[in-house]
Amino acid sequence: MNTCTKNSDSGIFLRPTPKPDRLGTFFHLLFICCAMVGVVSLATIAWFLFSEGLPAFRQAGVIELVFGSEWLPPALFGIFPMIVASLISTFGAVLIGVPIAILTAVFLAELAPKWLADIVRPAVELLAGIPSVVYGFFGLVVIVPAIEVLFNIPAGNTLLAGVIVLAIMILPTVITISETSIRALPPVYKEGALALGASHIYSIFKVLIPAARSGILTGVALGIARAIGETMAIIMVMGNAPAMPGSILEPARTLTANIAMEMSYATGIHASALYSTGIVLLIFIVLLNAGLLYINKKSVH
Amino acid sequence: MKNVIALTAAIALLTAPFTTAYAAVSVSGSTSVSNVVEVLAETYQKSSRHNVDVQGTGSSSGILAAKNGTSMIGMSSRELRPDEAAPDTQQLVIARDGIALIVNNNNPVESLTREQIKRIYRKEITNWQEVGGDNKAIVVVTRDASSGTREAFEKILGLKRRVNGIPVTSISAAAQVANGNGMVKTLVANNDYAISYISLGSVDDNLLKSLKVDNVEASEKNILSGQYSIARPFILLFKNELDPQAADFIRYIMSDTGQSIVAEQGYIRVN
Repeated sequence: MNTCTKNSDSGIFLRPTPKPDRLGTFFHLLFICCAMVGVVSLATIAWFLFSEGLPAFRQAGVIELVFGSEWLPPALFGIFPMIVASLISTFGAVLIGVPIAILTAVFLAELAPKWLADIVRPAVELLAGIPSVVYGFFGLVVIVPAIEVLFNIPAGNTLLAGVIVLAIMILPTVITISETSIRALPPVYKEGALALGASHIYSIFKVLIPAARSGILTGVALGIARAIGETMAIIMVMGNAPAMPGSILEPARTLTANIAMEMSYATGIHASALYSTGIVLLIFIVLLNAGLLYINKKSVH
Repeated sequence: MKNVIALTAAIALLTAPFTTAYAAVSVSGSTSVSNVVEVLAETYQKSSRHNVDVQGTGSSSGILAAKNGTSMIGMSSRELRPDEAAPDTQQLVIARDGIALIVNNNNPVESLTREQIKRIYRKEITNWQEVGGDNKAIVVVTRDASSGTREAFEKILGLKRRVNGIPVTSISAAAQVANGNGMVKTLVANNDYAISYISLGSVDDNLLKSLKVDNVEASEKNILSGQYSIARPFILLFKNELDPQAADFIRYIMSDTGQSIVAEQGYIRVN
């Protein structure tokens, strides 16, 4: 049967069908519709966020909203402390989580004996399936008291607790994608490096990881997206104070936590300000993906 | 033919409540009180054919509505000011709402004054030593802004200030925010130096203790007698010559059934 892909053009000339290929057309349309679901959802979400959030920008002013440091609805709507909290918690999670994840991926792909890999890999995959509220509870009863003891501070519900929980949460994403991309490398890379006299470890760091860079970066980007979007676990461990955190040993509120905690009752300009919090979050994700595309393009050329 | 008769009967039965319905009893005022009165109205409407229309508009407008007769019953979650009382308007307390200050069992502090509580929540007092406890920083835990308990707590203690003419909270922005009673209890139960507040009916954890306020224990007895000060009455206001249906609804609220609903909602029954 003819398909409607570009490659089958020659087939149409060789074996023309007398009646129109209804089944082919149907599937063609079905594929287009499926492909459009994601695009349409994104467009709807963006349109919705902007139509609901713009009144707050108009009334409070973009500068006052984005760089204001006091969140006192319904009078003041400064979300700068929350932008800072979101960025620090995400950056901290990447700083701790990504090196652990990449080393785990290398271990699983290159070094681990089969029996050990068969224990580590399912464990990592299981980690991906744990609901975020469970991570939050784990953070609340284990990490928060541990921080209180370690740093001798009155309350462990801090930015640091959020960073640690997020670092654990992004592990499975980064590990799985990095391992897959290291395994997908053609064997000649490693064989060539070893034939030239490089040691196993040298070939891993100088050949395999650089060659798998594009895949690893995709994993890191997905990890960052998960970290910046995480809500429930963060609400439980970070203390949610809307003030500017003075250090990572102070409580803070992220953009997502702000939306989740106040959306249920907010009305009028307050609700609109929460939608504009969502706009800021969306812009961060767009910037992140654009940055990744740019880095990937540069590494190809 | 049978079908037609059945259908007519069904329609007659369905429309019966409308044809015999009385004019609705109108209730308006405090949003906190309206949360309870709405539940009371729902159960009341099941047992009687009277309709009750409840609107949360705020205490001040509820008092006004009862005085000038816009509503048959007004609701207030605070005592009336002398200039608000009118000779032809009666007041009836239908429930009381009490808020307990809670700390961890390991905290030696037993009692605080209202002023100390206010200053702790404004972060003017930051160490337990200043109020007779250990030399440890106070971990202040508050509720999310949608909480009715937080609203009542701020109003009773006067933890409000104005920014650009709009009333906002004066609880310090550096205080931790918990989004539910459960999380408040978990935080305080796990932290020896935390302080928070919850509805009196929710203090049931043996890792927590409720503090005395101005040396008065937070108990139902002390709230009913008016000695415990972080409490507020839920008041209904109505004219001396009251509409009989409205009077029937008020009798229902003060009955044993009505008062058990009040207790189920987490408030203190008065009858």
